Amino acid sequence: MHRVHAGRDKAAFAQLFRHFAPRVKAFLMKSGADASLAEECTQEVMATVWRKAHMFDPSRASVATWIFTVARNRKIDALRKQRRPEPEDLPWGPEAEPDQADALALQQESEKLGKAIAALPEKQRELIEKAYFGDLSHSEIAEATGLPLGTIKSRIRLALDRLRHAMQ
Amino acid sequence: MTINHHLNDALLMAYSAGSLPEAFSLVVATHISMCDECRARLASFDAVGGSVLEECDTVALDDDAFAATMALIDAAGSEAIVADFDADALFPAPLREYVGGDLNAVKWRPAGGGVRQAILKTSADASVRLIRIPAGASVPDHGHRGTELTLVLQGAFRDDEDRFGPGDVEVADEHLHHTPVAEEGEDCICLAATDAPLKFNALLPRLAQPFLRI
Repeated sequence: MHRVHAGRDKAAFAQLFRHFAPRVKAFLMKSGADASLAEECTQEVMATVWRKAHMFDPSRASVATWIFTVARNRKIDALRKQRRPEPEDLPWGPEAEPDQADALALQQESEKLGKAIAALPEKQRELIEKAYFGDLSHSEIAEATGLPLGTIKSRIRLALDRLRHAMQ
Repeated sequence: MTINHHLNDALLMAYSAGSLPEAFSLVVATHISMCDECRARLASFDAVGGSVLEECDTVALDDDAFAATMALIDAAGSEAIVADFDADALFPAPLREYVGGDLNAVKWRPAGGGVRQAILKTSADASVRLIRIPAGASVPDHGHRGTELTLVLQGAFRDDEDRFGPGDVEVADEHLHHTPVAEEGEDCICLAATDAPLKFNALLPRLAQPFLRI
């Protein structure tokens, strides 16, 4: 991802595409898109990933997380036909380089989270997947939120605090 | 700004998953703009979404998908960052977008008892409005059929439950009956979303309800 951003590197992007595009397409189909709409949206999602590569911040999200947010936004637009109000972004100047140690730590936390989710009992994992495919009622979502998110939240909080501090 | 009342996990997860009605998403996005704590909690729910995507089955794309994507990229060109950041504004960026400006761009309409409101245009599955309660005044006693999400932008209000100041968000369900009272000092301005019309206990506001669209 860093190479996609820094060098406008097509080979690195091709690699990212091979890994994520088939997942994004599956994600969109599970969310209710037919194959041809999912194909079209996946191409648009991956094009957005390339165009917005400079906005990706590895101290605040993993590549998978970031691509998930792009795919989710496309889904709301294409499938639910709604606008998506987004939080105001933090004033993030081009001179503020993401902290390498933060980025590495976040990557490790993301891997741990992935393993924790994989290790959940089948039923609970299904509930969480259903929530993200847009298949749950509000009260079912309330049930699905008992996830061990404490560490990753503190990690992100730390990155945000550094960012706020750097901008003062 | 010290924020004491935050979004709950269910709302944050639904916003992360993209399944909230637009009106609720606007309140959530506006609160997160003001609250680093919930911004970090949202990021952790997004990380769950990232894991779900990573662990997703795969579906093969068309043979020419990569070439078609590169063609899309070449056609659109590079995207410039348009930062809508204004430290002096009362409203965070997502709300300014719906209002078409800051506080002075709001088209207030009277809602009875000196209270004024402005309904913002969103998809019809829920509604969201700005409410301006004069300092010291109260909103008629009302209960809720569905969920009501109220975010304070300026001033403060109290109800039977607690005090809510700038950045605080109250999540009220159908069990809560309350009479919010604005504190003395400055007018209380809130952003409130609801997925069902409010039910007022007094007869007059109930009659007025269809006209007020709340």
